[in-house]
Amino acid sequence: MNDETPQNLAMLVDRGEPRSQSRRRAFDRGFLVTCLAITAIAVLALGVLLGSILIEGLPGLRWSFFTEYASRDASKAGIRAPLWGSIWVASICAIVALPIGIATAVWLEEFAPKNRITAFIRLNISNLAGVPSIVYGILGLTLFVRMFGLFGPIQAPELEIGGRLYAIYYDTMQEPIRVPAEERGVAPVLKTGDVGFVQEIEEGADGELIFTDRWTPVTLTIVPEDEDAPEGYGIIEAWQAEEPADFETERPWYYIQFPLGQSVLAGGLTLMLVVLPIVIISSQEALRAVPGSLRTGSLAMGATKWQTTRKVTLPAAVPMIMTGSILAMSRAIGEAAPILVLGVALFITDTPSSLMDSFTVLPMQIYNWTSRWQEDFRALAATGIIVLLMVLLAFNAVAVLIRQKLQRPLS
Amino acid sequence: MTAAPHDAAGELFELANRGRSRSRHVRDGGEAVVKVVLAGCAGFSVLITALIIGILAYEAVRFFMDVSVVEFLTGTEWSPLLGEEKRFGVWPLVAGTLLVTLVAAIFALPTGLVTAVFLSEYAPSWLRAILKPVLEILAGIPTVVYGFFALLIINPSLQWIAKVVTGEELFGAYSAGAAGIAVGIMILPIVTSLSEDALRSVPRGLRDGAYALGSTRFDTSVRVVIPGALGGIMASYLLAITRAIGETMIVALAAGGLAQLTVLPWRQVQTMTAYMVQIFLGDAPATGVEFKSSFAVAALLFLMTLLLTLAGYRILARFREEYE
Repeated sequence: MNDETPQNLAMLVDRGEPRSQSRRRAFDRGFLVTCLAITAIAVLALGVLLGSILIEGLPGLRWSFFTEYASRDASKAGIRAPLWGSIWVASICAIVALPIGIATAVWLEEFAPKNRITAFIRLNISNLAGVPSIVYGILGLTLFVRMFGLFGPIQAPELEIGGRLYAIYYDTMQEPIRVPAEERGVAPVLKTGDVGFVQEIEEGADGELIFTDRWTPVTLTIVPEDEDAPEGYGIIEAWQAEEPADFETERPWYYIQFPLGQSVLAGGLTLMLVVLPIVIISSQEALRAVPGSLRTGSLAMGATKWQTTRKVTLPAAVPMIMTGSILAMSRAIGEAAPILVLGVALFITDTPSSLMDSFTVLPMQIYNWTSRWQEDFRALAATGIIVLLMVLLAFNAVAVLIRQKLQRPLS
Repeated sequence: MTAAPHDAAGELFELANRGRSRSRHVRDGGEAVVKVVLAGCAGFSVLITALIIGILAYEAVRFFMDVSVVEFLTGTEWSPLLGEEKRFGVWPLVAGTLLVTLVAAIFALPTGLVTAVFLSEYAPSWLRAILKPVLEILAGIPTVVYGFFALLIINPSLQWIAKVVTGEELFGAYSAGAAGIAVGIMILPIVTSLSEDALRSVPRGLRDGAYALGSTRFDTSVRVVIPGALGGIMASYLLAITRAIGETMIVALAAGGLAQLTVLPWRQVQTMTAYMVQIFLGDAPATGVEFKSSFAVAALLFLMTLLLTLAGYRILARFREEYE
């Protein structure tokens, strides 16, 4: 009886497992080979991708590629504007998204009561992480670029803060003259002896004219309409003095208008929407990784919840929060879809110098170059991709460094 | 003289007490402010969702005042920009999205799962040390780069393969297949990392039990570990598919611009996101019905991804309960 039990067991196992031991071993071996082959696909894909981009793009990687603006001539085109645009937009995005995201994570992990509202907020954040980025673009377009149309059209904003408004006239030299104005659409009454400003012009290295940001004051002379009005700086014919040719706002970097329009601020805020759920989720994970004993220790010493968070929990979680935040920012730098929806101009020949300046970003420029048919532009796109990947690589290197330098075992 | 130390102790006690009670008071006041500020930040994320739903609903309703909902949801012709009569049947766009997603899923879901099984059950540590960074890099590459790759490397390769195999010029300059494979490479790291997490969370005891019964690693993986992690694997699939449906730059570059109902991966298709790109890049006046139609398409896209995400987290929540 006892002798037969193993046999019974073997039969039982056999019934469930008709294949012989050696066949199962063969299966195992075969599966390992399949695994290796399939896993190699990922490595192969990455290799081919990087290889083809390097082959296409490396020849175009010259210093001038970084210093030149967009051009219809592929050999002269560069990525100066999108590079600076990306830097501005990513900085704004980081300044806004990181505090809000980390604060949300702190509240959820350290303060939130366990109730339905908290559960709903958690679910809501998971959902936000799954929303396609192009949908955030639509939100950014309505919320930031147009501001629901509450402040009038983008071109003639109803609310401007921090700018200086000028009316533009042309003198008999056909040079634009700026005259301070009180209100958009209301012409200042010009009289002889008033002061206007002419733009300083410099001669570039190749003899081309460069319009500087400096303006020199000039005393205006208003002369009656006359066929042979004297030519000279600041001499304006009466009919030209009646209505300014245009209005212009001088923009210090803190100048803000409502609606925000297709400005770097609107772009940065839109990207903030995209990365906010990522920042929240990674910060939550970082806080969760802090051992509970540290918190209870601090609370037992009489510290309040906020003191515990500020002095104990947050410092312990900072390396992981920083790593997560850097990865979130590299996501922001690579996003093209939400920026595209905002309707930013593709042909930018200036770097942003104020929050309200127009901009483009690296992925948008790469998209634009790739979607053209000419070979030259596609090579440019590959070079642009190399620059973009180098930026992301630098970000990731910093993240890895932080992880290694700052992370100490906590328990 | 003897009383002095006693007194000092009492004084100290009083001092400590006074200091303590005052600071407690201040601390509690500050605490309340901090709490409100933090809760406000958390509320901001709810506000974002509310705004997305509000804006999409408002704009979609305005669109449906011009075009009937029934035509939008049942029509099989989408020609808002071309032709005499504009037609707004959304099915060609949905079909295009689903075709690209299907190709991506066929490529990425099995590959991702096998890679995850390999990483969690088979791979020696030195191989893991190579594979993990490779997958992390793949996950960090911007999608516009995948679009470039699809248009200039994958599609020409498919063109060439199809020519060799069938002798016909099946593939044009754009194809749903090329875009789909690129999307597949993009979602591969998502499937792999989430599935691997699920596989790793299967208790070690189950594996040991299987090995003790004489199972090979293959038997253990396929009959014990994978069934045990099924919830997490399904959730990773759903989340990856959500990403594929919402992917924009790859399809805008490589899938083409012709909205047509087809299941053939060598044809060009227009996806929902690619249509939105076309509109927002300025192919339509900002006041026309075409422009409004992009909001209706966006609303539908949002609804689809919302349902998939919810389903994914549902499964994940149920699966978590099993082992905890």
